[in-house]
Amino acid sequence: MIALEVVAKLLGCLLVFLTVPLLVGQMEHKAMAHMQSRLGPMYAGGFHGWAQLVADGVKFAQKESVVPARADRRVFELAPAVALLPYLFVLITIPVGPGQTARDLSVGVFFALAVVSVGVIGVLMAGWSSANKYSLLGGMRAGAQLMAYELPLVLAAASAAMAAGTLSLDGIVHAWRWWWLPYQGIAAVVFFVAALAELRRPPFDMPVADSEIVFGPFTEYTGLRFALFLLAEYGGIVVFSALTAVLFLGGWKGPFFEAQLGWLWLLLKTMALSFVVIWLRVTYPRLRADQLQKLAWVGLVPLALAQIALTGVVRVTTS
Amino acid sequence: MHGYFGGYALVGLLGLVGVGFVAVGLGANRLLRPWRVTPEKLLTYESGVDPVGEDWSQSHVRYYVYAFLYVVFAVDAVFLFPWATVFALAGFGAISLGEMFVFLGFLAVGLVYAWKKGVLTWV
Repeated sequence: MIALEVVAKLLGCLLVFLTVPLLVGQMEHKAMAHMQSRLGPMYAGGFHGWAQLVADGVKFAQKESVVPARADRRVFELAPAVALLPYLFVLITIPVGPGQTARDLSVGVFFALAVVSVGVIGVLMAGWSSANKYSLLGGMRAGAQLMAYELPLVLAAASAAMAAGTLSLDGIVHAWRWWWLPYQGIAAVVFFVAALAELRRPPFDMPVADSEIVFGPFTEYTGLRFALFLLAEYGGIVVFSALTAVLFLGGWKGPFFEAQLGWLWLLLKTMALSFVVIWLRVTYPRLRADQLQKLAWVGLVPLALAQIALTGVVRVTTS
Repeated sequence: MHGYFGGYALVGLLGLVGVGFVAVGLGANRLLRPWRVTPEKLLTYESGVDPVGEDWSQSHVRYYVYAFLYVVFAVDAVFLFPWATVFALAGFGAISLGEMFVFLGFLAVGLVYAWKKGVLTWV
């Protein structure tokens, strides 16, 4: 019985990890196309190109895997897995209903933040082992970006943990009330912007800037390994959107049937935030390296510290 | 699968599932993909021309000061988490709030110092 439950949870995590990022990818194809007055994929699968990403997957699985002669082969081949798997681990702590978590770790927030920042090591490995100047530059940029934005991310999450008085993600959703929207609003914005930067999504896509350094750390990758990096990007969007929803938007809380439909409310919030991620990609131009660092250190870090002070004062004076 | 270590056992099993997924994917890829190498294909890509020089060379790591700043702040930030869960409980109250402002003050002074020193302007 327990074994069955464990298998169901593990397969559930894997299934979500392999399907929801595809939904976000398809949404990106379509939303971007319509924002740019074009159609996007229309043929694969017949109806509005719904099977485009499946077709892409089949294509990637049959493509030759080229490892450059100068590359550090072992590290080069391992990097996609290191970049991808951290996002899978986070799914285990995300609550999809009251008390419905694959595993509600008591240090949930801490675990999630610690695990997602491992992903950048995969990107650094890719950049360093490719023996390509573009890749090396991109990898270094990714590292610099992570260092700038990890701090506001951690401080904003700490504010939510302070407001709830627990580190468990399910506990935070339980403690969440609608007035957290203004009360934790600064932290929510800081967290979401820092998450965009950690994901290297536009306007923070300097590490993969296609017009400057081809595709940054992923320049030398082909076939399935390249596809794994793409899956890591979309898995990352899902994971960070879900974390933002859980920490700041009430996760599984909804207008009715929270116990039965909690997963639906969480999915709706996650998809809405993923849409914002795509929307920002189409809207804003890329930030330069110095602008990027300045936004983090002069903008987001002081804002996050101010939010922590506010949360502290409110919590101590009202309890 | 209950208790403290049980929870992390599930995390470990999920790791095995993840590694299995990547291994099966790459294994299937190995069976399906063609393998026709040419010396040109194995060259490092440099926008169409043959690569010039080495990629592993001396360069200025411009953001090393940011790395220092990050280490200083991140180590501090980690200690926020255990404190965040207890600071508002009975018996802590005003004192822990005062401590928080001291903590934030230290961070803010550090940041302002770095700013005044011109560390936050890109060179």
